[in-house]
Amino acid sequence: MPDPQDRQPFDLTRRQVLETGTIASLTGAMLPTAGLAQQAGPQPSPENGMTVHLSFRVNGRPTALDIDARASLLDLLRERLGLVGAKKGCDHGQCGACTVHMDNRRVASCLTMAAKADGRDVTTIEGIARANGLHPMQQAFIDHDALQCGYCTPGQIMAAIACVKEGHASTPEQIKEYMSGNICRCGAYVGIVAAIEQAAPQIERS
Amino acid sequence: MKPLSYVQVRTAREAIEAFVAAGESARYIAGGTNLYDLMKLGIEKPAHLIDIADLDGANRIDTDGDRLFFGGAALMADVAEHPVVRDDYPVLAESLSKAASQQLRNMATVGGNLLQRTRCPYFRNGADGTYPCNKREPGSGCAAIGGIDRSQAVLGASAACNAVSPGDWPVALMAMDAAVELQGLDGTRVIPISELYRPPSRTPHLEFTIGREEIVTGISVPKTAAGRNSTYLKVRDRESYAFALVSAAVALEMDGDRVRQAHVALGGVATVPWRGRPAEAVLRGETLDRGRALEAARAAFAEARAGRHNAFKIELGARTLADAIINAGSRNQ
Repeated sequence: MPDPQDRQPFDLTRRQVLETGTIASLTGAMLPTAGLAQQAGPQPSPENGMTVHLSFRVNGRPTALDIDARASLLDLLRERLGLVGAKKGCDHGQCGACTVHMDNRRVASCLTMAAKADGRDVTTIEGIARANGLHPMQQAFIDHDALQCGYCTPGQIMAAIACVKEGHASTPEQIKEYMSGNICRCGAYVGIVAAIEQAAPQIERS
Repeated sequence: MKPLSYVQVRTAREAIEAFVAAGESARYIAGGTNLYDLMKLGIEKPAHLIDIADLDGANRIDTDGDRLFFGGAALMADVAEHPVVRDDYPVLAESLSKAASQQLRNMATVGGNLLQRTRCPYFRNGADGTYPCNKREPGSGCAAIGGIDRSQAVLGASAACNAVSPGDWPVALMAMDAAVELQGLDGTRVIPISELYRPPSRTPHLEFTIGREEIVTGISVPKTAAGRNSTYLKVRDRESYAFALVSAAVALEMDGDRVRQAHVALGGVATVPWRGRPAEAVLRGETLDRGRALEAARAAFAEARAGRHNAFKIELGARTLADAIINAGSRNQ
């Protein structure tokens, strides 16, 4: 058996650590990475409530599956489809961390019943990068240090893209008002407003 | 959350039939921003959900006739940004755009918003048995009365409940004498919005006069020149994305520089969307200045009663309403 100390701790991605819940292991002996790889990725679990059939598109990809009728769109994306970009902050529509687009409108995926997505187009943070690189809003967030811990960032970026497309990003005051549904506990608001001002001219209004 | 069945329907008739067939534990759901939230909190426990968000034509917005008409499933965001609403009825547009966030306004319907339930902290946070609440558990008592009551009502409270009616849009509609179209088993009926809400009295769990199987299919507002001389002023703990501490909807019918008829309603301070008739009486036939506006505003709060921590709402409410009266008057061309 190889000595765990021989392994490079940075073989692990932050996501693998989070998904497997083994943060504590970093302080002691490292787990073999092969074991981690097997545990990573979505873990479909049998639904235990009444189910409904859902057929929709996620980031342009047709997707069909049976879901628990109670499920939120957020839980569906994260727990069944492995799209963990949208975050569960409050789970009550109060923080904006779960923001995604449904039929090109921004919505709180935690308060959207997944069943409502039937026949619709859902876009998450995983679906916005362009073939030639990051979405201009993603790049603008990097350019302006518009984050600290990053937990709210996917929701901020999805809300920001919609804010521009709606035509609500013409002044800093308007940006603040129409981004008020996204809370940033690190307080990166100044950078967020600057990022949106930078990206706005590069994004078409819908 | 209990397991539940979920069905989408296309017509009001279909919805009502499905509702009746499903029995006691059925609920309609539209945007779901309120109901689904309350399900997560264990306050609402439906076993059957009938989704009425996509009823045919239910998101219609029609400003051509002698009344503005908003289908029950029209989205708050869409009504807020409709050019006629925005330009000619700012009180309506502002009440919507100052409510919730754009994410939620993209989901919530203007019909469902009429039936939004209170944000009383004891109502929302005590479903595990921590706090009694006469709205959640009829007859269990009220923890807010004599409790941490900073957010509670100063108008319209009873000995059983002082929970605030949370909406902004219903307050604006109250000022504009809106009517609500309801469809039920026996067809369609139309009521003034003032008749939709029940004062808490001894039965605070009965909040609306709408029948169990009825659907809000539309809201209409009489067209009036007062629409342009109108405003919705909302004061919150933070500048945006919060429920009202106090809010005021004002629309003024003017005769030159004199008020022919004022339309006044208050939010954040009362157990139902609150019509400020005493303020209207003070303003009738008068010219507007700050002193007169404040006199009218204080009249609207003459019967207000404070608890332990919410007395500030009476003064804040009067000053907010006075500001709104002046703002509305300044829009008079």
